[in-house]
Amino acid sequence: MSTATETIEGLVKQDYKYGFVTDIENESAPPGLSEDIVRLISSKKGEPEFLLEWRLRAYRYWLTMTPPDWPQVHYPPIDFQDIIYYSAPKRRGDAPKSLDEVDPKLLEMYAKLGIPLRERERLAGVAVDAVLDSVSVGTTFKEKLAEKGVIFCSFSEAVREHPDLVKKHLGSVVPYTDNYYAALNSAVFSDGSFCYIPKGVRCPMELSTYFRINAAKSGQFERTLIVAEEGSHVSYLEGCTAPMRDENQLHAAVVELVAMDGAEIKYSTVQNWYPGDENGRGGIFNFVTKRGLAKGRCSKISWTQVETGSAITWKYPSCILQGDNSVGEFYSVAVTNNYQQADTGTKMIHIGKNTKSTIISKGISAGRGQNSYRGLVKIMKSASHARNFSQCDSLLIGNRCGAHTFPYIEVKNTTARVEHEATTSKIGEDQIFYCNQRGLSTQDAVNMIVNGYCKEVFRQLPMEFAVEAQKLLGVSLEGSVG
Amino acid sequence: MLEIRNLHAGIDGKQILKGVTLTINPGEVHAIMGPNGSGKSTLSAVLAGRDGYEVTAGEVIYQGKSLLEMAPEERAREGVFLAFQYPVEIPGVNSTYFLKAALNEVRKHHGLVELDAIEFLALVKDKMKALELREDFLKRPVNEGFSGGEKKKNEIFQMAVLEPKLAILDETDSGLDIDALKVVSAGVNRLRRADNAQLVITHYQRLLAYVIPDFVHVLCDGRIVRSGGKELALELEQRGYDWILSERNHTA
Ligand SMILES: Nc1ncnc2c1ncn2[C@@H]1O[C@H](COP(=O)(O)OP(=O)(O)OP(=O)(O)O)[C@@H](O)[C@H]1O
Ligand SMILES: [Mg+2]
Repeated sequence: MSTATETIEGLVKQDYKYGFVTDIENESAPPGLSEDIVRLISSKKGEPEFLLEWRLRAYRYWLTMTPPDWPQVHYPPIDFQDIIYYSAPKRRGDAPKSLDEVDPKLLEMYAKLGIPLRERERLAGVAVDAVLDSVSVGTTFKEKLAEKGVIFCSFSEAVREHPDLVKKHLGSVVPYTDNYYAALNSAVFSDGSFCYIPKGVRCPMELSTYFRINAAKSGQFERTLIVAEEGSHVSYLEGCTAPMRDENQLHAAVVELVAMDGAEIKYSTVQNWYPGDENGRGGIFNFVTKRGLAKGRCSKISWTQVETGSAITWKYPSCILQGDNSVGEFYSVAVTNNYQQADTGTKMIHIGKNTKSTIISKGISAGRGQNSYRGLVKIMKSASHARNFSQCDSLLIGNRCGAHTFPYIEVKNTTARVEHEATTSKIGEDQIFYCNQRGLSTQDAVNMIVNGYCKEVFRQLPMEFAVEAQKLLGVSLEGSVG
Repeated sequence: MLEIRNLHAGIDGKQILKGVTLTINPGEVHAIMGPNGSGKSTLSAVLAGRDGYEVTAGEVIYQGKSLLEMAPEERAREGVFLAFQYPVEIPGVNSTYFLKAALNEVRKHHGLVELDAIEFLALVKDKMKALELREDFLKRPVNEGFSGGEKKKNEIFQMAVLEPKLAILDETDSGLDIDALKVVSAGVNRLRRADNAQLVITHYQRLLAYVIPDFVHVLCDGRIVRSGGKELALELEQRGYDWILSERNHTA
């Protein structure tokens, strides 16, 4: 018996394929956080007064707060004065006007990541906004989108070109008072993506952002805001990688979504930040606040996430179902291997009548990984006939890992229907043997079984992302067969 | 093709096979019968290389090589196929994907080009029909939600696709209704060739009426206590196992 466990554990040893550092000249602020740094960030970006004021309010509020201690994760205290809050690739002269002006080394790096921007452009029709460290380096397909009135650009550009839209929606879903890391992000965010879909428009292509942390000791604090006006539709993809480093790096992002009447936002994430090495050294602390406001009637917000990276993941993409008949969805695969820890889940807040939410969570733990699902389903008094279905499954590979489930259910309306199902299983030796007996290696068998286990979630991803996610899962769980 | 010599094996410190000796030549069908718990499934598990079994003595030669030294997937690629007594469900894994991957592993092993999805579907279509499997069968996850009989049929379907050299059928007949039994038996018989062999484990003569064995062996308490032709199965059906055991005790 024990030999089988050992083989399975051997399989989940992985090498991080994305661990290269790109040699690009950076312009960085000194480490540490103060009002001056906040002002520096704001002035570097030539921001309007309202934004600087907002950042400062956030910073002052943050000073009064303490980091959350309730998640089921353990790490040494973070020294916020040891982090670099602004780091940008140095540019020759002005900002690049097209991809041709982007540093060829950057483009090369994207190729290494498997996202050759141009090829992707042509082949898949994906508009990519690539964020390196904290600054957006080039947005593709802008013109084609502009024809439809869709705005898709870096956050900084949105601040310059569309300040009214930013002013109206920034912080409207995740106020800076929301939590410790949201406050920090609000004070120091340096870039991110902005996306606006006008009334009645179906965005003609998948929008996509790739985030990468490159500079050492730098934190990444990007901010994404997506606004979908009445009857519009958008599908947005987000991917992330980071180089291998011995020290931990902080990533504290905020994502806000707003969906008006009948609008639909589908937000997919494939998160592959550096998870640390086999002994738990290094890796990204991924402390992220993501929330969508289904503001209008019949609006819909759907989160899909595949989380394979990060030393620590702390994130709960949530939906506030305010509009009557609005719909919220959360589909998640979270993998923890070696010493990775994840505390992730969702919140579904039902306010409007006939609101409906679905939660499908698949946690996979291997090595000494710890995986927690934490989810809140809250049915407010006003939400008559609200419905929720939650399914939280945990899969254990080996016997030194852990899975935990923390469902919170608050129902204040008696007409609501809330269903919760949870299972925990071990990857079956009989399943692996069955595959072996048909000629498949144990490695392939584990991949196949885990992929099958996650199918419901992968099905939600856009086609090309689903393929990438499956491969990533394979990489996360593969290794040398003992 | 297969030579089992004085095989002793057990699990969790419990001795189950206590000296099994059996030779199977190409083109032959051997049946193994025996009371519950006598070690039939254990024998098939040891031959297929299931983890957790300790072989304490004896050897197994398969096509001139030491079978017990090969990894289970290697045995499979070399043509050893086990139709499971209890086929395993693999939720979410599409049957087409699974079987195509399996077939391509075998093909790669023999230096053949891998089949793409279209070639694969063309290949399996007739085999599905022959086993009276429904069209949607390949789209469903491996064995998930299959009825007991469907699972057994699926094993024989996989066998038909993989075309093994040595097929071990562990109680493939149990749980099949009479029509399914005929279909499955016909499937097994179609795979019978001069260059391959079958080892059929069963409790019932009714299977052996369709899949006619060249030899019948009786496994009792981890040993083959009697071997004979197909008529031995009939005799067992009528008289049970006790007479063999008592005869054995007399002569011992
Ligand atoms: N893990 C185990 N630990 C101890 N005993 C075991 C274990 N697995 C199997 N056995 C025992 O080994 C013996 C042989 O089992 P096996 O499954 O090979 O029998 P079988 O001949 O196939 O029986 P059946 O006709 O019921 O299928 C049984 O007594 C069984 O209880
Ligand atoms: Mg048995």
